[in-house]
Amino acid sequence: MAKLILSVDGTVLKEVSLNKERTTLGRKPHNDIQVDNLAVSGEHAAIITILNDSFIEDLNSTNGTLVNGKPIKKHFLQNNDVIEIGKHKLKYFNDAPVQASEQDFEKTMIIRKPPTLTAASSPGLGASSGAAASSSGGIAANLSGSMSDTQTNMKPLGMGVPAMPAPRPTAPAAPLVPSAMPGPSVREAAIQVLSGAAAGRTLDLTKNLTTIGKPGVQVAVITRRPNGFFITHVEGANFPTINGSVLGGQAQQLGDHDLIEIAGVKMEFFYKP
Amino acid sequence: MAIINALQIVSVTDPGRIRGHNEDCVESRPEMGVVVLADGMGGYNAGEVASGMATSLIAAGLANGWTRAALKKLDREQASAFSQQLLQAEVSKANSAIFEAAQKDPQCAGMGTTLVACLFYDNFLTVGHIGDSRLYRMRSDALEQVTRDHSLLQEQIDSGLITKEDARSSHNKNLVTRALGIDPEVETETHSYEVLEGDIYLLCSDGLNDMIEDEEIQMTLIALRSNLDLTAQQLVQAANDAGGRDNISVMLIKVVSGFGVERGVWARIMSWFK
Repeated sequence: MAKLILSVDGTVLKEVSLNKERTTLGRKPHNDIQVDNLAVSGEHAAIITILNDSFIEDLNSTNGTLVNGKPIKKHFLQNNDVIEIGKHKLKYFNDAPVQASEQDFEKTMIIRKPPTLTAASSPGLGASSGAAASSSGGIAANLSGSMSDTQTNMKPLGMGVPAMPAPRPTAPAAPLVPSAMPGPSVREAAIQVLSGAAAGRTLDLTKNLTTIGKPGVQVAVITRRPNGFFITHVEGANFPTINGSVLGGQAQQLGDHDLIEIAGVKMEFFYKP
Repeated sequence: MAIINALQIVSVTDPGRIRGHNEDCVESRPEMGVVVLADGMGGYNAGEVASGMATSLIAAGLANGWTRAALKKLDREQASAFSQQLLQAEVSKANSAIFEAAQKDPQCAGMGTTLVACLFYDNFLTVGHIGDSRLYRMRSDALEQVTRDHSLLQEQIDSGLITKEDARSSHNKNLVTRALGIDPEVETETHSYEVLEGDIYLLCSDGLNDMIEDEEIQMTLIALRSNLDLTAQQLVQAANDAGGRDNISVMLIKVVSGFGVERGVWARIMSWFK
């Protein structure tokens, strides 16, 4: 279970388990976490906990709420986040491991009723702040009541109407999930073109997939994997050769200074120093 | 062009690197333009019972209902409406069958499955889905997610509680709000969309999109699309390289040519000879 450690000037005052859907924080005595200091508003902030995730919301306090030094209105709490309210600090711990055990990792489960959101007894997120109130109402309603259709707003099939609108650009490049893909264990590598018009040029293999060759004639792909670089034939009647021998249907791992010949062009694969 | 020649279909399903067995199930009927993917859950090894029942029952049910005779008199709009009704009806039947099996056999208690199923006909597709198995479409190098998950996280994103970026680090990724076989009734979400030559459709279980980003899926589809088998294998391999923490299933459908249905008088006469 997630918890908060309340401290001031490095002295721990208390530990609070986030076992309620809504934990309130403020100067007035009715708050779950009371901080008796004039820098703290009567109702300063609320922490909403939904299953294993917690969110903090500033309730339009006078002096504001900081998380990791930045002022926030609403924030999705991550393990070790530090909430600052005046001189008081609350450190958030959520050691509920994302993977309880390798086997159980993210086993898909059905959630049939809101586990903690019970409309009558507890107000939803930001009941005291109008903007957010509707959002939590939406969740409760969606979970408990009739669920609305959720396919994207792509234009449905309409006869006589031209096809779907141009697809919207895909999501902006979000930071990648920490994954094994570009792992630091993979050494940097490049290929240098040895013949043909582009002779002398070097191509860094910085992407997980790099295609080489001539589209429509002969194409191969070099994949960057945790255990090295591999080349695979993609299209064309002729397969590329590696050090003079023809590449088979399977991927082949590339070694330092391997010589690749594709679509009549020679190139060399090498690991960067 | 006949649907079997107009669509190139490739399926790969893989247990991943952590799980001992594969609870995903895929089935395609290329001659009908039908693809079905299910990701089972619950019970001792019962997940694959649920997903296996879902794919085989729905594919067989569509084969029974989606016939030349049934479609003969329908115009395009009617065919689209009929495809949605049929899909809903067949999913409903499969739901009852899985639910009853789960009630009878204690080993199967609590089993369920997510579902995404597509039916291609007359230059459109009808998609039905339940839970967090997805349909993506790549058109003109842009990848778009067609279905939206029936999951707690998606609802939190929709309500503005959490951003799409933050959602990546949520602890609640694995909770679906709808599944097949859990309750006596289930609501299938169905829609129909125009299909264009050159489109590539991707059906996948969450074992793919939880492990790799949409950008990487898109990059793979663009780089390798001339070799659909390799594209599917590469997607599965990338998910495994990123950890492979769940079963991974990928179905790719490439629209090689249009598959419009002729409805003129001449076409009707010709159809007598078929």
